[in-house]
Amino acid sequence: MSLIDVQNLTLKFRTDEGLITAVDNVSFSLNKGEVMGLVGESGSGKSVTAKSLMHLNARNAVYSPESKITLHTDKGPVDVLSLKTPRELNIVRGGAVSMIFQEPMASFAPAITIGKQMVEQLQLHGDYSKEQAKNISIEMLDRVGISDASKRFDQYAFELSGGMRQRAMIAMALSTQPKLLIADEPTTALDVTIQAQVIDLMKDLVSEFHMGIVFITHDLGVVAQTADKVNVMYLGRMIEEGPVREVIRNPKHPYTQGLLAALPKLDDLDSPLTPVPGDIPSPLERPTGCVFHTRCSKVVGDVCMSVDPTERQIENAHKVACHIYDEVPA
Amino acid sequence: MSDVLIRAKGLSVGFPIGGGLFNKQILKAVDNVSLDIEKGSFFGLVGESGSGKTTLGRALLKAAPITGGGAHYSDGEVDYDLENITKEQLRDYRKRAQLIFQDPYAALSPRMTVRDIIAEPLEVMGLTKTRAETDARVREIAAKCRLNLEHLRRFPHAFSGGQRQRISIARALVSAPKFIVADESVAALDVSIQADVLNLLKQIQTDMGLTFMFISHDLSVVAHTCDHVAVMYLGRLVETAPTRKLFAAPRHPYTKALFSAIPSLDPDDRGTAQKLTGEIPSPTNQPSGCKFHTRCPFAIDHCKQVEPKLETDDTGHDVACHRWKELMAPQAA
Repeated sequence: MSLIDVQNLTLKFRTDEGLITAVDNVSFSLNKGEVMGLVGESGSGKSVTAKSLMHLNARNAVYSPESKITLHTDKGPVDVLSLKTPRELNIVRGGAVSMIFQEPMASFAPAITIGKQMVEQLQLHGDYSKEQAKNISIEMLDRVGISDASKRFDQYAFELSGGMRQRAMIAMALSTQPKLLIADEPTTALDVTIQAQVIDLMKDLVSEFHMGIVFITHDLGVVAQTADKVNVMYLGRMIEEGPVREVIRNPKHPYTQGLLAALPKLDDLDSPLTPVPGDIPSPLERPTGCVFHTRCSKVVGDVCMSVDPTERQIENAHKVACHIYDEVPA
Repeated sequence: MSDVLIRAKGLSVGFPIGGGLFNKQILKAVDNVSLDIEKGSFFGLVGESGSGKTTLGRALLKAAPITGGGAHYSDGEVDYDLENITKEQLRDYRKRAQLIFQDPYAALSPRMTVRDIIAEPLEVMGLTKTRAETDARVREIAAKCRLNLEHLRRFPHAFSGGQRQRISIARALVSAPKFIVADESVAALDVSIQADVLNLLKQIQTDMGLTFMFISHDLSVVAHTCDHVAVMYLGRLVETAPTRKLFAAPRHPYTKALFSAIPSLDPDDRGTAQKLTGEIPSPTNQPSGCKFHTRCPFAIDHCKQVEPKLETDDTGHDVACHRWKELMAPQAA
């Protein structure tokens, strides 16, 4: 059953240098209990896309009139982008949708105890007494593997280690029992050993709470370990999407192929690392045609410089936007 | 043949923390580390945050106080004992040993042009006499790091992460150093760019005959770039070996755990690996015996009481674990 539907999402930022396109005509949908990996390098628009789901982008954000985000809640569909007042927005900001950020130290208020922050948001989103909210919070801290939860409840963020903080963050995000969890690089700042623990925890929680997760990361290994399906973004475009096995084992877009080739692999130490040539262009200088053509090693002809490729289906749910797969080469 | 550039012997770095006049506590960030870094090698240092890898790197640059043991630097031109280096020698050592930082966004002054950033070490150290000489040197190094003349006139904000890291590298290289510590120098970069910077470092190393100490938490990156790897845990060296040996047959349970924590690219290979529980203990409250015993699945009573020594063998594969031989045995059979 569909949990969230994103249709033709186009988002520009109004800046001193003019309108900057951050997300360009992106559509996808996510089902209950499904984990979607959103992949791309910095500047590809993955965080901006995810924040749109909470209508959380800065004030200078301009959504195109065709953009539509529909969240299916127990009380019927919600048109996310039409929400305006803080009260209306509650449903996508901590109510039915929660978010985990990359840097947990920056996400907790430093001068308020972890517990107080958890209680505050629970009371904001649900009809709980202080005592009930405290019990739920401690239970949740315990659930995410924080030892001595009732003691941690009264501590400040700086008293916890990085891994503990990220667990507390997860506990806080999940205590309101959201239907959709957005995890923005939740393991990037952690050590591999702790990352492995957090990934395991998140997998357990998905099966237990049966929620949908949008997992933003630039680490394809993390995607392979967590996601059911993968969406690859580049300069605001969705360039490839499909089931995780398909995309990782049989990538179709030259960019996805490049990302996989650039990864240092432990089982092959002899072959040299192959970087994707060049840098991601500034959003102020968006290339014409296919946005990737400036770095692509498989340009098929002038068509790449002039025509923006449309997404086409390769097989099943595996889709790619690249001229290589045009039926009649132009 | 195997010339040693830096030899650390029982090197310790401690920082005084809290406490009163009579019960001053010392936090030992690096404890009794001995290692040899061979000339022209790419030496990797891995471990979790809090393992002391950055502090060790800084101690070898004489940028952290050496409180025990010492380190000897010898590049054929000069010989310095880092633990009691004179001011005069230190000034010279700064030219010979350089550091590349992790975050290329924080490491570059936003108010200086790229040319000035790269030229600053030359001016501070008085390595060039005229402006023309400085400019020539800056251009030469910039070209090595694939920065063009147009780039030199701009400010850092105009550059992407990968380009900024190339600027940091150029700045570190401009004084023609012999030894470079690269502290998590690719950790902040996207994979597509990371490969590019790693290839550049490797190429520079071969071209200029440099010796690198490469600090990283990413084992797959280390596997691809380094010749020799040392694994640290809570200030101790727990295992060190030539890269291929280490990756083919890791001996210390901690090293094995680090390997199994790397997320596999195979979606069907989920959660089979043996995961490490818990976190690295605080250095102010260190466990007795083997520092790893609190998280080690193979710890026995002996491990809690006696700290294992680093056992050296003739293949250069050293490990500090009471039980490594036993633990390796079932795999061999």
